[in-house]
Amino acid sequence: MKVVYTDVLVIGGGLAGLRLAVGAKRRGHDAIILSLVPPKRSHSKAAQGGMQASLGNVSKGQGDTEDVHFEDTVRGSDWGADQEVVRMFVNTSPKAVRELAAWGVPWSRVRKGDRQAVINGQKVTLTERDEAHGTVAQRDFGGTKKWRTCYVADATGHAMITAVADRAIAESIPVHERKEALALIHDGGRCLGAVVRDLVTGEVLAYVAKATAIATGGAGRLYRNTTNAVICEGIGHAIALETGVAALGNMEAVQFHPTAIFPAGILVTEGCRGDGGLLKDASGHRFMPDYEPEKKELASRDVVSRRMEEHIRKGNGVKSRFGEHLWLDITLLGEKHIHQNLREVWDICHYFLGVDPVKDFIAVRPAQHYTMGGVRTKPTGESPTLKGLFSAGEAACWDMHGFNRLGGNSVAETVVAGMIVGEFVADFCDKPENAVTVPVGLVQDFVEREKAKLDAIANRRGGEDPSVLKLEMQDLMSSQVGIFRTGEDLQKAVDGLQKLLARARNVGVRSAAPGPNPELVTAYRVQRMIKLALTIAYGALTRTESRGAHFRSDYPRRNDAEWLKRTLATWKSDSDTLPTLDYEPLDVTRMELPPGWRGYGAKDYIDHPDTPARAAEIEAIKASGKAPDRFALQQALMPFEHLLPEPLRGRNERIDEPF
Amino acid sequence: MADGTAPRKLIFKILRYNPKVPGDRPRLQSYQLEEADGMTLFIALNEIRDKQDGSLAFDFVCRAGICGSCAMMIDGRPGLACRTLTKSLGAEITLAPLPVFELIADLSVDTGKWMRGMSERLETWVHLKEGEVDLRRIEERMDPDLAEEIFELDRCIECGCCVAGCGTARMREDFVGAVGLNKIARFRLDPRDTRSDEDFYELVGDDNGVFGCMSLLGCHDVCPKQLPLQTQIAFLRRKMVSQGMK
Repeated sequence: MKVVYTDVLVIGGGLAGLRLAVGAKRRGHDAIILSLVPPKRSHSKAAQGGMQASLGNVSKGQGDTEDVHFEDTVRGSDWGADQEVVRMFVNTSPKAVRELAAWGVPWSRVRKGDRQAVINGQKVTLTERDEAHGTVAQRDFGGTKKWRTCYVADATGHAMITAVADRAIAESIPVHERKEALALIHDGGRCLGAVVRDLVTGEVLAYVAKATAIATGGAGRLYRNTTNAVICEGIGHAIALETGVAALGNMEAVQFHPTAIFPAGILVTEGCRGDGGLLKDASGHRFMPDYEPEKKELASRDVVSRRMEEHIRKGNGVKSRFGEHLWLDITLLGEKHIHQNLREVWDICHYFLGVDPVKDFIAVRPAQHYTMGGVRTKPTGESPTLKGLFSAGEAACWDMHGFNRLGGNSVAETVVAGMIVGEFVADFCDKPENAVTVPVGLVQDFVEREKAKLDAIANRRGGEDPSVLKLEMQDLMSSQVGIFRTGEDLQKAVDGLQKLLARARNVGVRSAAPGPNPELVTAYRVQRMIKLALTIAYGALTRTESRGAHFRSDYPRRNDAEWLKRTLATWKSDSDTLPTLDYEPLDVTRMELPPGWRGYGAKDYIDHPDTPARAAEIEAIKASGKAPDRFALQQALMPFEHLLPEPLRGRNERIDEPF
Repeated sequence: MADGTAPRKLIFKILRYNPKVPGDRPRLQSYQLEEADGMTLFIALNEIRDKQDGSLAFDFVCRAGICGSCAMMIDGRPGLACRTLTKSLGAEITLAPLPVFELIADLSVDTGKWMRGMSERLETWVHLKEGEVDLRRIEERMDPDLAEEIFELDRCIECGCCVAGCGTARMREDFVGAVGLNKIARFRLDPRDTRSDEDFYELVGDDNGVFGCMSLLGCHDVCPKQLPLQTQIAFLRRKMVSQGMK
C-alpha cells in the first residue's frame, strides 16, 4: 500500500483550493493539491463577468461600502445566508482584489473623463474622476445597488486562476494532477486524509494529512442542462456525504443562470446585462420591465430565470427545433465595447451559435449554474462534525449565499474563502494535539474497501450501463427538480432516483482495461452522483416554502415562521436509499439585517415571530445616535471582526474613505 | 438537418493506443456516426464513447473553448476539439493526439506536466518588490491601456497547440515554445514584475529560448486565441539580441 503524507491535503485545484494551499504553505505547512485536471483548466476559469468587491472606484460605484455589499448579498440569499460569514466575506473581498492585483491580475482599470455607456436601454455619458484614474474598475451586475463587480474584460476567472496557479508554482506547492479522491479516511470523528485513484494508471493509494480540505466546486453535472464544466460532478460533496458524519447544507438550493446559450448550455456572462444588454421575446419585446419594474434585467438570477420561464410558458418563447428560447440583445452596446469587454461572449457566439452578437440576437434559456449547498462548515471552514475536514468555495456551505448567490460573488468567494480558511487550516496544523501518526490499520481498511468496490465494478459484465444511468438521473433532475418545483414532481424525482440508486449498485463496464478506463470512472462516479441528486430532490420535497432559487409552485411564499433554517443532509449507512435530514435554525435575534422584502421579486412572505422585535431593536440602536460612524454602528448591531484571522482584519481604504 | 437534407454519415478515424495495455500498438480505429445540427467534436466523441466504445480516452473540461484541455490534431492540424463544428470538416475526420507531449492514451496527452515544467523554468509569475503589499490600502494604479496590453498576452490558455505546431519543439526537447516566449513578453510588460532584460536573457537568451525559434510561425497560425505570437517573438528576439550585445 502506497501512502503519501502531508500536513494539508487540498482536494481540488481551482481558485479556492489553490489560494487555500498558498495560505497554509506560507504559514510553514506542506500542502499537496489533488486535481482532476491541470489547475488552470479548472471550472474557476469559466467565471467571466467578474468578482464583487466594494472598492467604489467608478462613478457608479461611489458610496459603495462593505455595508451595501453585505445588504445586497443577504437580500440576494433571501435571508438564507449566515450573516456573520457574509460580513467576513465582504470585508475581505477588497483585500482579495488588491492581493490579486499585486500578483499580476490585469484588472480592467478606470479611465478618467467621459465615456459612453448603456443603462436601461439608453445611451448615457458617464464621467470618471481624475483621482480614480488607473484604479481597478467596476461594472454593474444583478441584484446590486452599486457598480461593484471588478473584472478583466469577460475573462476574469481565466486571469485570476492564471495568476493564482502560477503563484502556487512560485511557492513550490506540488499539484498531483489527474488524481481523484474516492473516499475520505476518518475514524468517525477525525478526518485523516483520503483514498485516491490515479486517473492515468488506475493505481489506488492513500494520502494521510493533518487537515483535509474539499475545494472541488459545484455539482452542475447532476443536471442535463448546465453551464458547468464536465468535471463538475459533485464528487467532493459526495465523498463528504459518504462519511456519514459530515453534513451537506442546503443542497436543494440550486441556481439557474438566465443566459446560457441555447441549446448548448454554455454561459454568456451576466456582464452582458450589467453592461446594458436586454432580454427580448419572440416578438422582439423587452419583457423584464413588465415583471420587475425595479431592477428589470438586473434583478437577482433566481428572479430573472423564473420570469423568463414564466414568459415562455405564456407562449412568448422563440420556437426552434430544439425547443423554445428567448433572446439576449447586446447589439446596442456597439462593436467596440463587445470586442473589448465581451470578447469571450463574441467567441462563444461565433463558434457555437454561428452568429455575430454585434449584429445578431443571442439565443438563451436558463440552465443550471451554481450549487449554493455544500459541505457544511463553521466560519473557520471546518466541518462542525468531522474534525480536520475543511471546505472552501462552491463545494462548501460556509454559508454566504443562502438560497441564491449574487453574480460576481462566486469567484469572489473562491479567493476570499481560500484566504480565510487557509489561515484557519494553518492554525489547526500549528496545534501539537492535531499531529497525526499514520493509523496504518484504518488506512488499510479504507484502501481495501475502495479497491474492492472498483474491482466489483470492473469485473461485472452485463451490469447496468453507467452512461445510461447518468443520463436518466440528469433527465430526472432537469425535468422534475428545476426552476419551478411541485410536491408531485419532486416525489416522482425521489422515487425515480431511488430506483436508479438500486440499479447503480449493479453497475458494470464493458472493459476492465488498465489505465485511464473512462467507463469505469463514469461507473463509480454515477453511484455517488445519484446519492447527491437524492439529497437535492429530497431536500426540495421536504422544504414546503419558496426561498431564493428554491421555488415551489405549490408553496409560493417564503415562510420564515417555519423554514428560516438550513437543511443538513447526512447519509448514515451505505444501505440507506435516502439521506437523513436535520435542520439548523437561523437566529433572527442576532441578525444585522432581519428578514424583509428583497427589493425585487415576490413581496409576499410569512414573517418569523422574532422579526418585528429584532427590527425594532435595530431601529432603536440606529436612532440612539450613539454610534459615531458606520463602523461603530455595525459593531453594535452584529460584531464579526473577531471571527476573521488576525492578518485579514482591518478596514479597507477607498478614494472616498482615505486612511 | 435544419435545411431538410439527410444527415451525413461521418467516419471518424481515431488514433488509438493505450500504453498501459501490454502489447497494445498504435492504430487507427474507425467509428461511424450520424451528423446532427450544431454537432461539435465534443458532442461526437462523447456519443462514440457512450454508445460505441467506453474505453476511448480524450480530455474535455469546459467544452466552451476557454480551458485549453481538448487540443488535438484535427485532420492533421492542432485545434480545440470542443469548438470545432463537424460541419466545418469533411465526412471523414481524422483525430490524433498532440505530438511533443507525453501520451496518456488515445487522444489524451499530459500538457499539464509540460506546462508546469515550463512555468518553473521561466518563473512565470510576478516577481514582487521587497516587502508585503498592504492589502488594506488602495491598489497601485496602472494605466488602463497598459492593463489591456497585458491582458492581451495574458489570454493564453496553455492548450499546447503552438507547441504541437512548432518545428523547433520537435527537434529540441527543452524548447520553451511560443507559449513560454509569450509569457516572458507578458511579464516584461508588467511594471509589477521587478525583473530586468538581463534576468529575462538568463531565461530565454539561448537556443531553447527565443534564439531557437526558426520563424516558421506555425504557432501563430494555429493559436486558438489569436495571440500576436509573431510580433511578440520578433520583438522579444530584438530585445534579447540587444541585451546579449551589452
